[in-house]
Amino acid sequence: MDFVQSFSVWFIPLLIGFILLYGTYKKVPTYETFVEGGKEGFSIAINIIPFLVGMLVAISVFRASGALDYIMLAMRPIFSLFHIPAEVVPLGLMRTISGTGALGMTSDLIATHGPDSFIGRLASTIQGSTDTTFYVLTVYFGAVGIKKMKYAVKVGLLADLIGFLASIAAISLLFYS
Amino acid sequence: MVNYIWMGMMVVGFVVAAINGSMDKVNEAIFTSAKEAVTLSFGMISILVFWLGIMKIAEKGGLLEVLAQLFRPIVKWLFPDIPKDHPAQGYILSNMAANLLGLGNAATPMGIKAMEQLKILNGGKNEASRSMITLLAINTSSITLIPTTIIAIRMSYNSQSPTDIVAPTLLATAVATIGAILIDRYYYYRSLQKGGK
Repeated sequence: MDFVQSFSVWFIPLLIGFILLYGTYKKVPTYETFVEGGKEGFSIAINIIPFLVGMLVAISVFRASGALDYIMLAMRPIFSLFHIPAEVVPLGLMRTISGTGALGMTSDLIATHGPDSFIGRLASTIQGSTDTTFYVLTVYFGAVGIKKMKYAVKVGLLADLIGFLASIAAISLLFYS
Repeated sequence: MVNYIWMGMMVVGFVVAAINGSMDKVNEAIFTSAKEAVTLSFGMISILVFWLGIMKIAEKGGLLEVLAQLFRPIVKWLFPDIPKDHPAQGYILSNMAANLLGLGNAATPMGIKAMEQLKILNGGKNEASRSMITLLAINTSSITLIPTTIIAIRMSYNSQSPTDIVAPTLLATAVATIGAILIDRYYYYRSLQKGGK
Protein backbone atom coordinates (compact mmCIF):
# COMPACT_ATOMS: atom_id res chain seq x y z
CA MET A 1 0.00 0.00 0.00
CA ASP A 2 2.74 2.46 0.96
CA PHE A 3 4.79 1.49 -2.03
CA VAL A 4 1.80 1.77 -4.36
CA GLN A 5 1.02 5.23 -3.03
CA SER A 6 4.56 6.52 -3.36
CA PHE A 7 5.12 4.90 -6.75
CA SER A 8 1.98 6.50 -8.11
CA VAL A 9 2.85 9.85 -6.52
CA TRP A 10 6.48 9.96 -7.71
CA PHE A 11 5.95 8.52 -11.14
CA ILE A 12 4.24 11.51 -12.76
CA PRO A 13 6.59 14.29 -11.53
CA LEU A 14 9.62 12.17 -12.47
CA LEU A 15 8.24 11.52 -15.95
CA ILE A 16 7.42 15.21 -16.48
CA GLY A 17 10.85 16.27 -15.21
CA PHE A 18 12.55 13.81 -17.50
CA ILE A 19 10.55 14.94 -20.53
CA LEU A 20 11.29 18.61 -19.81
CA LEU A 21 15.03 18.03 -19.39
CA TYR A 22 15.17 15.78 -22.43
CA GLY A 23 13.26 18.31 -24.54
CA THR A 24 15.59 21.11 -23.43
CA TYR A 25 18.62 18.94 -24.24
CA LYS A 26 17.17 18.33 -27.72
CA LYS A 27 16.66 22.12 -28.11
CA VAL A 28 12.88 21.93 -28.20
CA PRO A 29 11.25 25.29 -27.33
CA THR A 30 9.53 23.66 -24.33
CA TYR A 31 7.03 26.32 -23.33
CA GLU A 32 5.86 27.11 -26.86
CA THR A 33 5.57 23.40 -27.66
CA PHE A 34 3.63 22.86 -24.45
CA VAL A 35 1.09 25.52 -25.44
CA GLU A 36 0.75 24.04 -28.90
CA GLY A 37 0.05 20.56 -27.51
CA GLY A 38 -2.24 21.99 -24.84
CA LYS A 39 -4.56 23.31 -27.54
CA GLU A 40 -5.06 19.74 -28.75
CA GLY A 41 -5.96 18.71 -25.21
CA PHE A 42 -8.54 21.47 -25.08
CA SER A 43 -10.25 20.33 -28.27
CA ILE A 44 -10.27 16.72 -27.06
CA ALA A 45 -12.07 17.75 -23.86
CA ILE A 46 -14.62 19.77 -25.86
CA ASN A 47 -15.12 17.09 -28.51
CA ILE A 48 -15.87 14.50 -25.86
CA ILE A 49 -18.91 16.45 -24.53
CA PRO A 50 -21.59 15.05 -26.90
CA PHE A 51 -20.35 11.48 -26.32
CA LEU A 52 -20.45 11.87 -22.55
CA VAL A 53 -23.85 13.59 -22.55
CA GLY A 54 -25.35 10.84 -24.71
CA MET A 55 -23.91 8.01 -22.67
CA LEU A 56 -24.43 9.45 -19.20
CA VAL A 57 -28.08 10.27 -19.96
CA ALA A 58 -28.74 6.76 -21.27
CA ILE A 59 -26.99 5.14 -18.30
CA SER A 60 -28.76 7.25 -15.72
CA VAL A 61 -32.18 6.66 -17.35
CA PHE A 62 -31.41 2.96 -17.18
CA ARG A 63 -30.36 3.26 -13.54
CA ALA A 64 -33.07 5.66 -12.32
CA SER A 65 -35.82 3.49 -13.81
CA GLY A 66 -34.68 0.56 -11.67
CA ALA A 67 -33.71 -1.58 -14.69
CA LEU A 68 -30.06 -1.68 -13.62
CA ASP A 69 -31.02 -2.94 -10.15
CA TYR A 70 -32.96 -5.85 -11.66
CA ILE A 71 -29.99 -6.83 -13.80
CA MET A 72 -27.62 -6.57 -10.84
CA LEU A 73 -29.98 -8.69 -8.77
CA ALA A 74 -29.98 -11.37 -11.43
CA MET A 75 -26.24 -11.28 -12.04
CA ARG A 76 -24.89 -10.99 -8.51
CA PRO A 77 -25.21 -14.68 -7.49
CA ILE A 78 -23.43 -15.85 -10.64
CA PHE A 79 -20.55 -13.41 -10.47
CA SER A 80 -20.07 -13.54 -6.71
CA LEU A 81 -19.17 -17.20 -7.23
CA PHE A 82 -16.06 -15.96 -9.03
CA HIS A 83 -15.52 -12.97 -6.68
CA ILE A 84 -16.42 -10.55 -9.46
CA PRO A 85 -18.37 -7.48 -8.31
CA ALA A 86 -21.53 -7.38 -10.46
CA GLU A 87 -21.41 -3.56 -10.59
CA VAL A 88 -18.45 -3.54 -12.98
CA VAL A 89 -19.67 -6.30 -15.33
CA PRO A 90 -21.62 -3.92 -17.62
CA LEU A 91 -18.49 -1.75 -17.80
CA GLY A 92 -16.38 -4.76 -18.77
CA LEU A 93 -18.77 -5.56 -21.62
CA MET A 94 -19.04 -1.97 -22.81
CA ARG A 95 -15.24 -1.59 -22.74
CA THR A 96 -14.88 -3.91 -25.76
CA ILE A 97 -17.51 -2.09 -27.83
CA SER A 98 -17.23 1.64 -27.22
CA GLY A 99 -14.46 3.67 -25.60
CA THR A 100 -16.64 6.69 -24.88
CA GLY A 101 -19.50 4.46 -23.72
CA ALA A 102 -17.17 2.83 -21.22
CA LEU A 103 -15.88 6.25 -20.16
CA GLY A 104 -19.47 7.25 -19.40
CA MET A 105 -19.99 4.10 -17.34
CA THR A 106 -16.72 4.64 -15.48
CA SER A 107 -17.66 8.19 -14.53
CA ASP A 108 -21.11 6.98 -13.46
CA LEU A 109 -19.58 4.28 -11.23
CA ILE A 110 -17.08 6.75 -9.75
CA ALA A 111 -19.88 9.25 -9.09
CA THR A 112 -22.15 6.63 -7.50
CA HIS A 113 -19.64 4.73 -5.38
CA GLY A 114 -16.97 7.41 -4.82
CA PRO A 115 -13.54 7.58 -6.50
CA ASP A 116 -11.69 5.99 -3.58
CA SER A 117 -14.10 3.10 -3.02
CA PHE A 118 -13.34 -0.44 -4.17
CA ILE A 119 -15.75 -0.11 -7.11
CA GLY A 120 -14.45 3.37 -7.97
CA ARG A 121 -10.83 2.23 -8.10
CA LEU A 122 -11.75 -0.94 -9.95
CA ALA A 123 -13.72 0.95 -12.59
CA SER A 124 -10.76 3.33 -13.06
CA THR A 125 -8.38 0.41 -13.57
CA ILE A 126 -10.67 -1.46 -15.96
CA GLN A 127 -11.11 1.67 -18.05
CA GLY A 128 -7.34 2.22 -18.23
CA SER A 129 -6.09 -1.31 -18.73
CA THR A 130 -7.45 -2.29 -22.15
CA ASP A 131 -8.49 -0.57 -25.35
CA THR A 132 -11.73 -0.90 -27.29
CA THR A 133 -11.29 -4.15 -29.22
CA PHE A 134 -14.06 -3.63 -31.77
CA TYR A 135 -12.93 -0.07 -32.43
CA VAL A 136 -9.34 -1.13 -33.04
CA LEU A 137 -10.56 -4.01 -35.18
CA THR A 138 -12.82 -1.77 -37.29
CA VAL A 139 -10.31 1.03 -37.72
CA TYR A 140 -7.17 -1.00 -38.37
CA PHE A 141 -8.61 -3.75 -40.51
CA GLY A 142 -11.19 -1.47 -42.12
CA ALA A 143 -8.56 1.04 -43.22
CA VAL A 144 -6.65 -1.54 -45.25
CA GLY A 145 -9.64 -3.63 -46.38
CA ILE A 146 -9.17 -6.85 -44.42
CA LYS A 147 -12.35 -8.96 -44.61
CA LYS A 148 -11.25 -12.35 -43.28
CA MET A 149 -10.25 -11.62 -39.70
CA LYS A 150 -9.49 -15.24 -38.78
CA TYR A 151 -8.82 -15.60 -35.05
CA ALA A 152 -8.32 -11.84 -34.43
CA VAL A 153 -11.68 -11.30 -32.68
CA LYS A 154 -11.08 -14.21 -30.30
CA VAL A 155 -7.62 -12.93 -29.38
CA GLY A 156 -8.89 -9.37 -28.79
CA LEU A 157 -11.83 -10.43 -26.63
CA LEU A 158 -9.83 -12.91 -24.57
CA ALA A 159 -7.23 -10.21 -23.95
CA ASP A 160 -10.02 -7.94 -22.69
CA LEU A 161 -11.22 -10.66 -20.35
CA ILE A 162 -7.69 -11.09 -18.99
CA GLY A 163 -7.38 -7.32 -18.50
CA PHE A 164 -10.72 -7.28 -16.67
CA LEU A 165 -9.77 -10.12 -14.31
CA ALA A 166 -6.27 -8.71 -13.83
CA SER A 167 -7.78 -5.36 -12.80
CA ILE A 168 -9.83 -7.06 -10.08
CA ALA A 169 -6.75 -8.97 -8.92
CA ALA A 170 -4.51 -5.86 -8.98
CA ILE A 171 -6.93 -3.69 -6.96
CA SER A 172 -7.63 -6.49 -4.46
CA LEU A 173 -3.91 -7.23 -4.02
CA LEU A 174 -2.56 -3.69 -3.86
CA PHE A 175 -5.28 -2.01 -1.80
CA TYR A 176 -7.23 -4.64 0.07
CA SER A 177 -4.90 -7.37 1.22
CA MET B 1 -23.67 -2.18 -32.17
CA VAL B 2 -23.23 0.77 -29.84
CA ASN B 3 -26.29 2.35 -31.48
CA TYR B 4 -28.49 -0.53 -30.37
CA ILE B 5 -27.09 -0.59 -26.85
CA TRP B 6 -27.56 3.14 -26.46
CA MET B 7 -31.11 3.09 -27.77
CA GLY B 8 -31.84 -0.06 -25.76
CA MET B 9 -30.71 1.42 -22.44
CA MET B 10 -33.06 4.38 -22.86
CA VAL B 11 -36.10 2.48 -24.19
CA VAL B 12 -35.80 -0.33 -21.63
CA GLY B 13 -35.34 2.36 -18.98
CA PHE B 14 -38.57 4.10 -20.02
CA VAL B 15 -40.52 0.84 -20.11
CA VAL B 16 -39.24 -0.30 -16.69
CA ALA B 17 -39.98 3.16 -15.29
CA ALA B 18 -43.54 2.94 -16.62
CA ILE B 19 -44.04 -0.40 -14.85
CA ASN B 20 -42.23 0.68 -11.67
CA GLY B 21 -43.87 4.08 -11.52
CA SER B 22 -40.46 5.75 -11.36
CA MET B 23 -41.00 8.07 -14.33
CA ASP B 24 -40.40 11.17 -12.20
CA LYS B 25 -36.94 9.91 -11.25
CA VAL B 26 -36.17 9.18 -14.91
CA ASN B 27 -37.19 12.71 -15.88
CA GLU B 28 -34.91 14.15 -13.27
CA ALA B 29 -32.08 11.80 -14.28
CA ILE B 30 -32.16 12.99 -17.90
CA PHE B 31 -31.50 16.59 -17.02
CA THR B 32 -29.12 16.17 -14.11
CA SER B 33 -26.94 13.67 -15.95
CA ALA B 34 -26.73 15.79 -19.09
CA LYS B 35 -25.56 18.66 -16.93
CA GLU B 36 -23.14 16.38 -15.10
CA ALA B 37 -21.59 15.21 -18.38
CA VAL B 38 -20.82 18.79 -19.39
CA THR B 39 -19.42 19.65 -15.95
CA LEU B 40 -17.26 16.55 -16.12
CA SER B 41 -15.89 17.42 -19.55
CA PHE B 42 -15.04 20.92 -18.38
CA GLY B 43 -13.34 19.49 -15.32
CA MET B 44 -11.20 17.35 -17.60
CA ILE B 45 -9.95 20.31 -19.66
CA SER B 46 -7.27 21.21 -17.11
CA ILE B 47 -5.46 17.90 -17.01
CA LEU B 48 -5.89 17.12 -20.72
CA VAL B 49 -4.44 20.49 -21.70
CA PHE B 50 -1.52 20.00 -19.34
CA TRP B 51 -0.76 16.41 -20.25
CA LEU B 52 -1.03 16.79 -24.01
CA GLY B 53 1.19 19.86 -23.72
CA ILE B 54 3.87 17.85 -21.91
CA MET B 55 3.53 14.99 -24.37
CA LYS B 56 3.98 17.33 -27.30
CA ILE B 57 7.41 18.17 -25.88
CA ALA B 58 8.22 14.46 -25.66
CA GLU B 59 7.08 14.00 -29.26
CA LYS B 60 9.06 16.98 -30.62
CA GLY B 61 12.16 15.99 -28.68
CA GLY B 62 12.15 12.64 -30.46
CA LEU B 63 11.36 10.52 -27.42
CA LEU B 64 9.17 8.32 -29.64
CA GLU B 65 12.24 7.28 -31.66
CA VAL B 66 14.23 6.54 -28.49
CA LEU B 67 11.43 4.33 -27.15
CA ALA B 68 11.16 2.67 -30.54
CA GLN B 69 14.84 1.74 -30.36
CA LEU B 70 14.28 0.12 -26.98
CA PHE B 71 11.43 -1.97 -28.40
CA ARG B 72 13.35 -3.23 -31.42
CA PRO B 73 14.37 -6.62 -29.97
CA ILE B 74 10.84 -7.23 -28.66
CA VAL B 75 9.33 -6.45 -32.04
CA LYS B 76 11.73 -8.85 -33.76
CA TRP B 77 10.53 -11.61 -31.45
CA LEU B 78 6.86 -10.68 -31.75
CA PHE B 79 6.84 -10.43 -35.54
CA PRO B 80 9.14 -13.12 -36.88
CA ASP B 81 7.46 -12.90 -40.32
CA ILE B 82 8.63 -9.35 -41.04
CA PRO B 83 11.92 -9.17 -42.96
CA LYS B 84 14.79 -7.23 -41.40
CA ASP B 85 14.61 -3.42 -41.83
CA HIS B 86 11.22 -3.60 -43.56
CA PRO B 87 9.26 -0.31 -43.18
CA ALA B 88 6.48 -2.22 -41.38
CA GLN B 89 8.86 -2.63 -38.43
CA GLY B 90 9.36 1.13 -38.09
CA TYR B 91 5.64 1.82 -38.11
CA ILE B 92 4.96 -0.89 -35.55
CA LEU B 93 7.68 0.53 -33.29
CA SER B 94 6.24 4.06 -33.50
CA ASN B 95 2.74 2.68 -32.90
CA MET B 96 3.85 0.93 -29.71
CA ALA B 97 5.83 3.94 -28.45
CA ALA B 98 2.90 6.31 -29.07
CA ASN B 99 0.50 3.96 -27.26
CA LEU B 100 2.84 3.81 -24.29
CA LEU B 101 2.87 7.60 -23.99
CA GLY B 102 -0.91 7.74 -24.35
CA LEU B 103 -0.72 9.55 -27.70
CA GLY B 104 -3.77 7.87 -29.23
CA ASN B 105 -3.85 10.42 -32.05
CA ALA B 106 -0.34 9.49 -33.10
CA ALA B 107 -0.70 5.76 -32.48
CA THR B 108 -3.66 5.14 -34.80
CA PRO B 109 -2.17 6.52 -38.05
CA MET B 110 1.08 4.64 -37.34
CA GLY B 111 -0.87 1.44 -36.74
CA ILE B 112 -2.77 1.85 -40.01
CA LYS B 113 0.49 2.51 -41.88
CA ALA B 114 1.89 -0.67 -40.36
CA MET B 115 -1.21 -2.61 -41.46
CA GLU B 116 -0.79 -1.32 -45.03
CA GLN B 117 2.79 -2.58 -45.10
CA LEU B 118 1.77 -5.92 -43.60
CA LYS B 119 -0.90 -6.29 -46.27
CA ILE B 120 1.72 -5.77 -48.98
CA LEU B 121 3.90 -8.40 -47.25
CA ASN B 122 0.91 -10.74 -47.31
CA GLY B 123 0.53 -10.37 -51.07
CA GLY B 124 -2.32 -7.84 -50.86
CA LYS B 125 -4.90 -10.45 -49.85
CA ASN B 126 -8.00 -9.40 -47.91
CA GLU B 127 -7.15 -11.95 -45.24
CA ALA B 128 -5.54 -11.13 -41.89
CA SER B 129 -1.95 -12.36 -41.64
CA ARG B 130 -0.25 -13.62 -38.51
CA SER B 131 1.60 -10.32 -37.97
CA MET B 132 -1.59 -8.29 -38.47
CA ILE B 133 -3.35 -10.18 -35.69
CA THR B 134 -0.35 -9.80 -33.39
CA LEU B 135 -0.33 -6.04 -33.99
CA LEU B 136 -4.04 -5.93 -33.29
CA ALA B 137 -3.64 -7.93 -30.08
CA ILE B 138 -1.00 -5.52 -28.81
CA ASN B 139 -3.21 -2.55 -29.61
CA THR B 140 -6.37 -3.86 -27.94
CA SER B 141 -4.50 -4.42 -24.69
CA SER B 142 -2.48 -1.22 -25.10
CA ILE B 143 0.00 -0.42 -22.35
CA THR B 144 -0.34 3.22 -21.34
CA LEU B 145 1.97 4.75 -18.76
CA ILE B 146 -0.44 7.39 -17.47
CA PRO B 147 -4.22 6.94 -17.81
CA THR B 148 -4.80 10.70 -18.08
CA THR B 149 -8.55 10.80 -18.69
CA ILE B 150 -9.28 8.62 -15.68
CA ILE B 151 -7.09 10.67 -13.39
CA ALA B 152 -9.02 13.70 -14.61
CA ILE B 153 -12.38 12.08 -13.82
CA ARG B 154 -11.18 11.01 -10.38
CA MET B 155 -10.05 14.58 -9.71
CA SER B 156 -13.46 15.94 -10.69
CA TYR B 157 -15.07 13.70 -8.08
CA ASN B 158 -12.68 14.87 -5.33
CA SER B 159 -10.59 11.75 -4.98
CA GLN B 160 -8.18 11.74 -2.03
CA SER B 161 -5.42 10.57 -4.35
CA PRO B 162 -6.52 10.55 -7.98
CA THR B 163 -3.26 9.00 -9.19
CA ASP B 164 -3.17 5.98 -6.89
CA ILE B 165 -4.65 3.83 -9.67
CA VAL B 166 -1.53 4.27 -11.83
CA ALA B 167 0.29 1.28 -10.33
CA PRO B 168 -2.63 -1.20 -10.47
CA THR B 169 -3.46 -0.04 -14.01
CA LEU B 170 0.12 -0.66 -15.13
CA LEU B 171 0.03 -4.09 -13.54
CA ALA B 172 -3.31 -5.05 -15.10
CA THR B 173 -2.37 -3.72 -18.52
CA ALA B 174 0.96 -5.58 -18.46
CA VAL B 175 -0.81 -8.83 -17.60
CA ALA B 176 -3.38 -8.19 -20.36
CA THR B 177 -0.67 -7.53 -22.93
CA ILE B 178 1.34 -10.62 -22.04
CA GLY B 179 -1.91 -12.61 -22.09
CA ALA B 180 -2.80 -11.21 -25.51
CA ILE B 181 0.59 -12.20 -26.91
CA LEU B 182 0.35 -15.73 -25.52
CA ILE B 183 -3.22 -16.23 -26.79
CA ASP B 184 -2.18 -14.89 -30.17
CA ARG B 185 0.69 -17.43 -30.33
CA TYR B 186 -1.60 -20.24 -29.23
CA TYR B 187 -4.18 -19.58 -31.94
CA TYR B 188 -1.47 -19.15 -34.55
CA TYR B 189 0.06 -22.56 -33.85
CA ARG B 190 -3.39 -24.08 -33.68
CA SER B 191 -4.27 -22.65 -37.10
CA LEU B 192 -1.05 -24.22 -38.42
CA GLN B 193 -2.05 -27.63 -37.09
CA LYS B 194 -5.50 -27.33 -38.60
CA GLY B 195 -3.77 -27.66 -41.98
CA GLY B 196 -3.42 -24.01 -42.94
CA LYS B 197 -0.15 -22.95 -44.41
